[in-house]
Amino acid sequence: MKKSANTLKLQFDSLSQNESLARSLAAAFVMQLNPTVAELADIKCAVSEAVTNCTVHAYRDAVGPVYMAMHAYENRKIKIEIRDAGCGIPDVETAMQPLYTTDAENERSGMGFTVMDSFMDGLTVRSRPGKGTKVTMIKKLSALPR
Amino acid sequence: MDTKNAAVKLESVNNMLRAAITGEIDHHCAKNIRQEIDAALLSASPDKLIIDMSDVTFMDSSGLGLILGRYTKAEEVGTAFAVQGAHGRVRQMFDMAGLDRIITFEGDVKK
Repeated sequence: MKKSANTLKLQFDSLSQNESLARSLAAAFVMQLNPTVAELADIKCAVSEAVTNCTVHAYRDAVGPVYMAMHAYENRKIKIEIRDAGCGIPDVETAMQPLYTTDAENERSGMGFTVMDSFMDGLTVRSRPGKGTKVTMIKKLSALPR
Repeated sequence: MDTKNAAVKLESVNNMLRAAITGEIDHHCAKNIRQEIDAALLSASPDKLIIDMSDVTFMDSSGLGLILGRYTKAEEVGTAFAVQGAHGRVRQMFDMAGLDRIITFEGDVKK
């Protein structure tokens, strides 16, 4: 992929209060490209899901670092990477199935990856048990009205 | 930042419990809302529980778990259940998860 026109990299603790912070920062970053209201809502929701996974699943009862990198490209493409160094996912394909959850007792719906996949234009999940998980999401913003 | 953690206002009228949620529903605040609604549900034993989502400004999949959980809880205690005022993106989330086939959605709340 081409060199990004703008990049923002963040590291924060996997605390639940940072879920809203992360999606607000993503929205603020993307605002520079004048997204539509719907595109902005898509990105906020997808980021919220990915960061919640780090809080709920990656580090379980512990707290660890969440790394978020956002890239904006000349062609109005946005790439958002959210990475943790947590427990990892043994079977990514199963984890991505709609309604699949390992935490039903806390009323997790199992829809996180489905939401990310539905609201973004690209979703890649790489994970190694014991090493961590990296979620990469692409959003192609619509052309600006002339 | 323009985020507002979700809060819930509970009101009991004619043996009907109305839980009006405002703000942004995510994993961080879902637990408190769950506890507040469940405490009111168990103490009041209403005929019907209505979740008013007219003033929800953001919801991720934590909201789906929250609403499905309250539906299940209401079923357990024999209380009717409905969601009111789920608009735009919030309603889209429910439809995506197929909850529109399980839960009764009522129209926008008159203000």
